[in-house]
Amino acid sequence: MSRARADEEEYWHSSKFRAFTFDDEDDELSQLKESKRAVNSLRDIVDDDDDDLERVSWSGESVGSISWSIKETASSSTSSLEGRDSSLQKGSSSYAALPKQVSSYSLSNLFKGRNKLPSFQSLSDALSDIGVKNYAPELRRSKAEYKDYSSDWSPKDTVRRMQRGKVCSLERFRSLQDKLVLLDEAVAGHDGNVITAVLIFLKRTLRREILFRELEVRQVALCHLIHFLKETGEQKLLLDLLRFLDRTEEVALSQYREHLNIQDVEKRREFLKSCIGLPFSAEDTSHIQDHYTLLERQIIIEANDRHLETAGQSEIFRKYPRKASILNMPLVTTLFYSCFYHYSEAEGTFSSPTNLKKTFKIPDKQYMLTALAARAKLRAWDDVDALFTTKNWLGYTKKKAPIGFHRVVEILQRNNAPVQVLQEYVRLVEDVETRLNLATKYKCHDVAIETYRDLKDRIQLTAYKCKVERGSAEEEKINSILNNT
Amino acid sequence: DIVNADKMSGRTRKYKIIFSPQKVRQPHCAANVTCDEWSFYLLPLDEDIISMELPEFFRDYFLEGDHRWITSVARALQLLNSLYGPFGRAYGIGRCAKMSHELWRELEEDGENDGQGRKPEISNVFLMDRDTDYVTALCSQVVYEGLVDDTFRIKCGSVDFGPDVTSSDKSIKVLLNAQDKVFNQIRNEHFSSVFGFLSQKSRNLQAQYDRRRGMDIKQMKNFVSQELKGLKQEHRLLSLHIGACESIMKKKTKQDFQEMIKAEHSLLEGFDIRESTSFIEEHIDRQVSPIESLRLMCLLSITENGLVPKDYRSLKTQYLQSYGPEHLLTFHNLKRVGLLTEQSAGETLTAVESRVSKLVTDRAAGKITDAFSSLARKSNFRAISKKLGLIPRVDGEYNLKVPPDMAYVFSGAYIPLSCKIIEQVLERRGWLGLEEVVRLLNGNEFSVSDSTGEETPPGESQRIVLAIFLGGCTFSEIAALRFLGKERGLKFIFLTTAITNSARMLEAMIEAKA
Repeated sequence: MSRARADEEEYWHSSKFRAFTFDDEDDELSQLKESKRAVNSLRDIVDDDDDDLERVSWSGESVGSISWSIKETASSSTSSLEGRDSSLQKGSSSYAALPKQVSSYSLSNLFKGRNKLPSFQSLSDALSDIGVKNYAPELRRSKAEYKDYSSDWSPKDTVRRMQRGKVCSLERFRSLQDKLVLLDEAVAGHDGNVITAVLIFLKRTLRREILFRELEVRQVALCHLIHFLKETGEQKLLLDLLRFLDRTEEVALSQYREHLNIQDVEKRREFLKSCIGLPFSAEDTSHIQDHYTLLERQIIIEANDRHLETAGQSEIFRKYPRKASILNMPLVTTLFYSCFYHYSEAEGTFSSPTNLKKTFKIPDKQYMLTALAARAKLRAWDDVDALFTTKNWLGYTKKKAPIGFHRVVEILQRNNAPVQVLQEYVRLVEDVETRLNLATKYKCHDVAIETYRDLKDRIQLTAYKCKVERGSAEEEKINSILNNT
Repeated sequence: DIVNADKMSGRTRKYKIIFSPQKVRQPHCAANVTCDEWSFYLLPLDEDIISMELPEFFRDYFLEGDHRWITSVARALQLLNSLYGPFGRAYGIGRCAKMSHELWRELEEDGENDGQGRKPEISNVFLMDRDTDYVTALCSQVVYEGLVDDTFRIKCGSVDFGPDVTSSDKSIKVLLNAQDKVFNQIRNEHFSSVFGFLSQKSRNLQAQYDRRRGMDIKQMKNFVSQELKGLKQEHRLLSLHIGACESIMKKKTKQDFQEMIKAEHSLLEGFDIRESTSFIEEHIDRQVSPIESLRLMCLLSITENGLVPKDYRSLKTQYLQSYGPEHLLTFHNLKRVGLLTEQSAGETLTAVESRVSKLVTDRAAGKITDAFSSLARKSNFRAISKKLGLIPRVDGEYNLKVPPDMAYVFSGAYIPLSCKIIEQVLERRGWLGLEEVVRLLNGNEFSVSDSTGEETPPGESQRIVLAIFLGGCTFSEIAALRFLGKERGLKFIFLTTAITNSARMLEAMIEAKA
């Protein structure tokens, strides 16, 4: 995901759902706080001057990134480093940025390659010093090393030479037979780069159908070619290969993957439409269908809402201006958006939540969770109430939730719902222990009192008295219960 | 492309293209471009950890089937062999391990043997493919170093601590290795022990500083010149680590960590599967985190030998709805590497079960599904777990402060499979008695002794073991093997293609921009 998108996601997900915090960690956390206090109190004594801080300066690049950023092992596009000297500089300064405290070797030492027997205490020293002799950039290799003048190496030897890093000309392998032997030798040699190099040669010098046919029975080589084609972006050839192998599902996936490259929403929408007919499995086809429908819907909603926003007539958009566009967001995020901005709309409109629910067959559980989050954020407690109230056939209302009322409480609490509202739902939590925990935590006294009463737990009830205010209605309630039983 | 762009903008530069680590073909270079090769193999991250810094290894080999890095592994072995060898015995399991070993042996035969007459320092070498044990890599880490990695992402042995940790408005990059004395003492500890340790240390520090109150000039001078610097250093480190712990605690309590660990342990132990599945479903519905949701799904899949098709379909749909439809591609990748699979039709509900489940309520049906499922299918993880005793049976509470076994790295719930295998093979000096386990792990094991046939000299050299992880190694595994080392009088040196954790593994599977 791009940065921008991640930010957008964050906007939509912020404070939506947060985990429940039980204060079980009290002991350890307070221990930690103690230590922190102790350490912080020492700050006055200790002069925290920067000179003492041993900051390791990296050249802005971790060593590992050399292999990431520079490597294009399977001979795909090259990356260039500025200038000869500075490349040495950049490369070597990153390399030399080994842990400062561990190795104080300078750059020149790294490449001197002194041979001394290391002991295990200085493993890192050893590696940065000795062995590097062979592995420093030999930037002044003779041209001769690149050319392969004597041309009579057998396939096996050719592969061997390639494994050792010598560039070999493969042109002399003319017959199909020779080429296949070369390929098989390469595979047996286990070196993926050599295998790919041979494949590049074969790709150039063999007719496609023959190459494909031969690869069909050579799994390892096949994998290498496919990977190579993916990396070099030779999409057409890749698809042809996959079709030849009758791997139709992969053809579909490979084509679908291309949509990630299309930035323009309209073009993307059209592209997705064209993907629907591809040979996916039945389920995946419906997912692709949903993807298309979703984007189509989002485009409409986005256009509409942008218009509403700029017109300045709509209250909700004025009060809560949108921080990001809804395009390319997941379905649940879109639903949240819809429950936030378009909750009261009838099912007929494209942007109404019920319409989304119906179109995408969103299960009740998911729907309720999302609607709850949205309405709670808007502090629309009546809407929340209505979500959980159902009328049964006798006309009685009762509250039901497929998601567990403890989750409801959690979401409400995160949105700073007033105690009276919270209390309602804490009361509905089925598991007694959880209910008591929540009631105590969020000071829903009535619920706690009632629960203890139902449990006939006099001890706890009496103990709970200290949690309520003197002379309050709650205290009276406790007293009356204690006196009447 | 870059060269051409520059040309057009009239910039003259000399380009040097350095292929790392190997050049595959001579590209078409313009006149001002020269090419060369720089083979870069090993980076010591610490006293006992060597990384090849090849995070791409995992995806390239396990997903794409590309063998491009096998030579690198073989060369790394060659280097270490020439420095510290010759190796005594070599053990391994996994296709890649086997190939790497074979290639290395070929290189040895071809190359000059300049290791003659040297006293061998590494007695045993163990190579393991990452896919031998996905479970361990997917578990939440609870040893300090693992937690820091999971929470802050340690890169090349150093980590970025932001303002919330440093309690200032600056971020700081910190090296985390044995040189950091505070870190070195807590890195392998279970998180619960860390607070106690840090609090003790800060009390000590306080006491040290307080000493200066009673000092005279001479003593004070001494104090300032000798001790103050060390104390300052310790103070700085302590406050950083305390800050890190606080930050970790905050994040974990936010994320329902306890509930999640509970679900993980259930999956590892094999009960309450339906409850765990519901937990995962809710996790997805709530859009908690795309990586975490995937992680839990994969853990469920591997421990249960694939998801029940109904669950696979439903969880996949919910995932796509919560986190984006393009993850269709991610699911295919996960299927290919074997992290998230579906049980095939023949292995699922029996006719009886489906009849029965129609008669009972939803709730009970789940439990019946549980029972029937575990009868009907073979679950390799469960079988392996049983055979190797990966789930410790403890009377009373598991002692995390003085742990009895390697399971402490997962709070006593589970001994890492990879580490257990290494332990057993080293103990038995081979695979004898482990045939059943090997079969369940899909074979490809080997055990080879040094071709010189020399008796491995007793004493020091017997004790050093080189553990090689192909596809990544987690800090939890490192902590566990360090523990094992202490117990058995062995020293483990770790060579890995990269340090990994569940997040990195899964991110490698997600299809970003094509």
